[in-house]
Amino acid sequence: MSTKQMLFSGFGGQGILFAGKFIAYKGLIDEKQVSWLPSYGPEMRGGTASCSVIVSDEPVGSPIVSAPDVLIAMNLPSLDKFESSVVPGGMIIADSTLIERQVARDDVKVFYIPATKLASENGMPTLANMIIVGKLLKELGDFNEESINAALKKVISAKHADMMEINVKAMSIGANC
Amino acid sequence: MADKVLMKGNEAIAEAALHAGCRHYFGYPITPQTEIAAYMAKRMPKIGGTFLQAESEIAAINMVYGVASAGYRVMTSSSSPGISLKGEGLSYLAGSDLPALVVNVQRGGPGLGGIQPSQSDYFQATRGAGHGDFHMIVLAPASVQEMAELTVKGFELADTYRMTSMILADGTMGQMMEPVSLEDLEVKPAPEKPWATNGTKLARPHNIVNSLSLVPDELEQLNFARYERYRAVEENEAMYEEYMMEDAEICIAAFGIAARVSKNAINEARRRGIKVGMIRPITLWPFPKAVFRRAADQVKSMISVELSMGQMIEDVRLATECRVPVTLCNRVGGMIPSPEQVLEAIENAAKNGGAN
Repeated sequence: MSTKQMLFSGFGGQGILFAGKFIAYKGLIDEKQVSWLPSYGPEMRGGTASCSVIVSDEPVGSPIVSAPDVLIAMNLPSLDKFESSVVPGGMIIADSTLIERQVARDDVKVFYIPATKLASENGMPTLANMIIVGKLLKELGDFNEESINAALKKVISAKHADMMEINVKAMSIGANC
Repeated sequence: MADKVLMKGNEAIAEAALHAGCRHYFGYPITPQTEIAAYMAKRMPKIGGTFLQAESEIAAINMVYGVASAGYRVMTSSSSPGISLKGEGLSYLAGSDLPALVVNVQRGGPGLGGIQPSQSDYFQATRGAGHGDFHMIVLAPASVQEMAELTVKGFELADTYRMTSMILADGTMGQMMEPVSLEDLEVKPAPEKPWATNGTKLARPHNIVNSLSLVPDELEQLNFARYERYRAVEENEAMYEEYMMEDAEICIAAFGIAARVSKNAINEARRRGIKVGMIRPITLWPFPKAVFRRAADQVKSMISVELSMGQMIEDVRLATECRVPVTLCNRVGGMIPSPEQVLEAIENAAKNGGAN
C-alpha cells in the first residue's frame, strides 16, 4: 500500500470521527504518514458527519479526500452523497442495517455489513463503527492485533480503559463477516 | 525520535504556546478556532497561568496589550470577523511596540461570511490590520507540526523585534489532525525587557508604555525608528520552502492549505512530464521577495494558488517586477481548489509554452 485515501461517513453520534481517528493512529503506529480531517460545522449537530483519513508511505499532500479509495458509509445519505466519488476499483463498506439499497456501481468492491444489528445483538450498541473498522482492516490486509491494541490505547482515554477489550471484540466480529 | 501524537492544528498551537512560556491567554469563541480556547481553559489553571474568556474580541486584545506591557508572553486567537474587531488593538500594540502573538484561523468572508476555510484575510494581515503605518510578522503554517513550530517562532520574533506576530492559518489547518512532536521544539529564553511596566521596586524611573504622541516631529521619529526595525526583519527573517524548483519552468506560489493541494497537482504534473515547482512562502510578511525575484529569471510563468479572489498574487507580481506572467488559480467562500483544478492550470500554462 503506497497511499490509501479513506472517507468515513454517517450520522453524528455513530462514532465516525472516532473510527477515522483510530485508523489514523494505527497508521502512525505502523510508521506511515497520516492525516485526519473532519467535516466541521452545523452539519455535525445531528446531521451527517464525515472525515477524510489518509495513510501513506509518502508525505501527505492535500488532506482532503475527494476521490476515496475506501468509502465507509454508515447511513443512506452518506452513500447517496459519496458513492459516485469512489475511485474505480475502490472499496465501499456499507452498514446494511441502516442502508437498504444496494450500491449501484459495478466497478467497486462492496461489502454489506449489518453492523448496527450485529452491535446490538452482541451487547455493544455503540460499537457498530468498530465492527466496520474490523472489516476494513481485514480487507486491507492490515488486521494486526499488536498495532490495533497500541492504537486503541491512543484513542481510548485511561478513564475508559475497560472499553479496550470490547472494542477489540467488535473489530473481530467485523473481520469475520 | 520523540513520541509523536495526533493533534488538531488548533491544539498544536495552544500546546506550543505553553511550551514557549506563554501563561496568559485571552479570547472569545468563534469557529473554526475554538479548540485553542478550549485547550487553554483546560491547561492554564493547572500550570498557574491565566485563561480568560473575555466579553468580546475587543476586550481580549486589550487584555493582551496589558500583559504585553508587563513584559510577559501573551496571546489571543480568533477567526476572520473576530480579527477585524481586534484591529484597533493591533494598531495600539504596534504603536506601543509591544510583542504579542495573535492567531487567525481564517474562514470565508467578508462580513460574518461562513465557517469553512479561507485565505482571504491576506491583505488584512500583511497590509492593513489597523490604522497607521505598521506591520505584523505574518507566519503561514502548512502542517500541524508547523502550526506548533511557528507558534514558538512567533513568540521569539515578537520579543526580538517588539512586534506582533500573527499565525495566519485557515479552517483546514486548524481542524485537521497530523502527527506532531513538541518535545524536540527548542525555545530560546525570552530576552530581557527593560521597557516593561512591571514595577520599579524604587530602583529605576517609571517605564511608560503608550501609543499617544502629540508632537508631530517626535511621532515621525518613532515611525522612522519602527521602520528601521521592520527593515531588519525584512532582511533577516523571510522564510520559504522550495519544492521541485531546480529545473522548473512553471512556478506555483501558494501557502498553507493551498500549498498542500498544489503539491498533489505538482506531483501529477511531473509524472506527465511538465517541469513545475513551487515556492511556498512561510512568512507572508516579510514576503520572501528574493527567491521569487530569482525564480523570475528561471521560469516562464507563475501561478498563484489561493483561497481568495487574488491577494498574495499582488506580492508575487511586486517581487517579480512583472517579469513573467502570473495567473490566479482560486476558490473562495469556504471552497478549496482541488488538485485537478491546479493541475489544469499547470497544463494550460505548459500548453502556452509556460507563458499563459
